[in-house]
Amino acid sequence: MKALVIVEHNNKSIKTSTFSTITAASQICESVDALIVGNQLQEAVDEIKKANDVKKVYVIDKDGLQNPIAENLSTHILEFLKTKDEYTHVLTPSSTFGKNLSPKIATKLDVQQISDIIKVFDSDTFERPIYAGNAIAKVKSNEKIKILTVRPTCFEPCGQTSNVEVENVNLESVDLSSVSFVAYDESKSDRPELTSAKVIISGGRGMQNGDNFKLLEGIADKLGAAMGASRAAVDAGFVPNDWQVGQTGKIVAPDLYVAVGISGATQHIAGIKDSKFIASINKDEEAPIFKFSDYGLVADLFEILPELEKKL
Amino acid sequence: MKALVCVKRVIDYNVKIRVKTDKSGVETENVKMSMNPFDEIAVEEAVKLKEKGVIDEIIVLSIGADTSQETIRTGLAMGGDRGVLVKTNGQEIDPLNVGKIIKSVFDKESPDMVILGKQAIDDDCNQTGQILSSLLDCHQATFASKVEVNDDKTINVTREVDGGLETIKISIPCVITTDLRLNEPRYASLPNIMKAKQKKIDILDINELNIDLKRRVETIEVNEPPERKPGVIVNDVDSLIDKLKNEANVI
Ligand SMILES: Cc1cc2nc3c(=O)[nH]c(=O)nc-3n(C[C@H](O)[C@H](O)[C@H](O)COP(=O)(O)OP(=O)(O)OC[C@H]3O[C@@H](n4cnc5c(N)ncnc54)[C@H](O)[C@@H]3O)c2cc1C
Repeated sequence: MKALVIVEHNNKSIKTSTFSTITAASQICESVDALIVGNQLQEAVDEIKKANDVKKVYVIDKDGLQNPIAENLSTHILEFLKTKDEYTHVLTPSSTFGKNLSPKIATKLDVQQISDIIKVFDSDTFERPIYAGNAIAKVKSNEKIKILTVRPTCFEPCGQTSNVEVENVNLESVDLSSVSFVAYDESKSDRPELTSAKVIISGGRGMQNGDNFKLLEGIADKLGAAMGASRAAVDAGFVPNDWQVGQTGKIVAPDLYVAVGISGATQHIAGIKDSKFIASINKDEEAPIFKFSDYGLVADLFEILPELEKKL
Repeated sequence: MKALVCVKRVIDYNVKIRVKTDKSGVETENVKMSMNPFDEIAVEEAVKLKEKGVIDEIIVLSIGADTSQETIRTGLAMGGDRGVLVKTNGQEIDPLNVGKIIKSVFDKESPDMVILGKQAIDDDCNQTGQILSSLLDCHQATFASKVEVNDDKTINVTREVDGGLETIKISIPCVITTDLRLNEPRYASLPNIMKAKQKKIDILDINELNIDLKRRVETIEVNEPPERKPGVIVNDVDSLIDKLKNEANVI
């Protein structure tokens, strides 16, 4: 058995989700290759070829593939797969990148993908969360080739101390799609990325407005934390969309998750359940968030946050 | 232009899920069912486009047992024009086959766009739209937070991606999947609910579509998630910091 991991990257650097996906692949197959598709990939290739557990890195580096348009990536990956029939598993991180792309690969192979695996039993049996993680399904694929997306927070990233073989694949003849890329409005931040941060501090509707998130910033600075939010805080426009943590936002699993002014709705809990420790601050002692918290503090956040910042 | 909107009947998002004791699945008997919230957003977007004069007909499609007619009616009450039910006997269907079923309705109706939720909140698969666009060989725009139809009928779609917002331009026919921030679905008014009762729902028998419904991915068992061990309430900031530092060792 042999696995192919589709690399998530921004042409310059590799997303941590990829290294976690490699770990998942190595739990299934003895042999794991990686495929990176993009443009001007030199730096990214230098990084991915360090991945332990990978045998070989294949590179499709082509003008027109700089943006992750699913139509383009999938046609190139499928063309690559045509020349290699040894893969029994194709894995992609279940980030927005992978969710957008992987089902296209599966469909063209007439295969039913398994989304968002959180555990590997054997080469065809996996666990995945359903109903916002309120139930866990054990599923078995009867397909000839398994197409999987992997929840990165459930697999430790693989080590990166190797120097594996790299092969360029020339697919100039594959046509590009007519989807046009208009803009990418990247939310820039000096803080760690939510999905790989060790500490996260999130605010909810209880923060009342965007300005008040400054109360969390000072604490985030001291803890080197990423910042997140509940859907209510995002919908109200307090903070950008990509801060949303939860069933339909980002799934996170930091060592410490601090929830401030967040009630703890099922859909929010779905995104934080795998955190090592959860601490919460809420003025309502009945708030469901306390049931999921290792440490709860019943208090008004406006009084507590300045004190917390000072004392850290 | 004509829009096909796909809606799924699921356990209402406010219901606390119970796993069946025989581990075969999740309890759905006597449980409140509703339209998948992302599909409500899809219906709303189609209705908005109709109000703008971009779309002139909205077909609301659901795949499921007879009870899914209710879900279609909800979509019709929100502003859909007519419904199509692909009737099953309530069995679970792999998303790939759901895609094939939608395609067969697409082939009959020739809509210019298909709008559907980015995921259903029951199986959380997030793949039907992507499967459909691949089967149709048409453009896809997933996780849409903004849809703008241009004069030349191309469509600019802003997508919520992990690192921010991405905008792409696609052509019809196309598949768009909706994210939370696209719009706020309306509540159907009583007169519209009454009117919806008169609207037509065509019923197709799933067995007449010639799709092999054999499960490709089987559910072996469904379990409760592991519980987090109970925590403690601390009295003040000092004890919180102390616990985080000395007990959890996380700061
Ligand atoms: C399809 C769907 C998907 C969803 N996906 C997500 C998702 O991915 N992520 C997500 O987060 N939600 C999601 N939701 C929304 C979810 O159901 C909740 O509505 C949301 O999480 C509530 O956010 P909140 O806790 O900030 O707000 P609220 O529930 O309003 O809670 C605010 C909390 O702040 C506390 N508070 C107020 N003032 C203070 C104060 N001064 N000091 C201390 N505490 C205070 C209150 O006691 C309360 O507990 C989804 C919903 C649906 C239907």
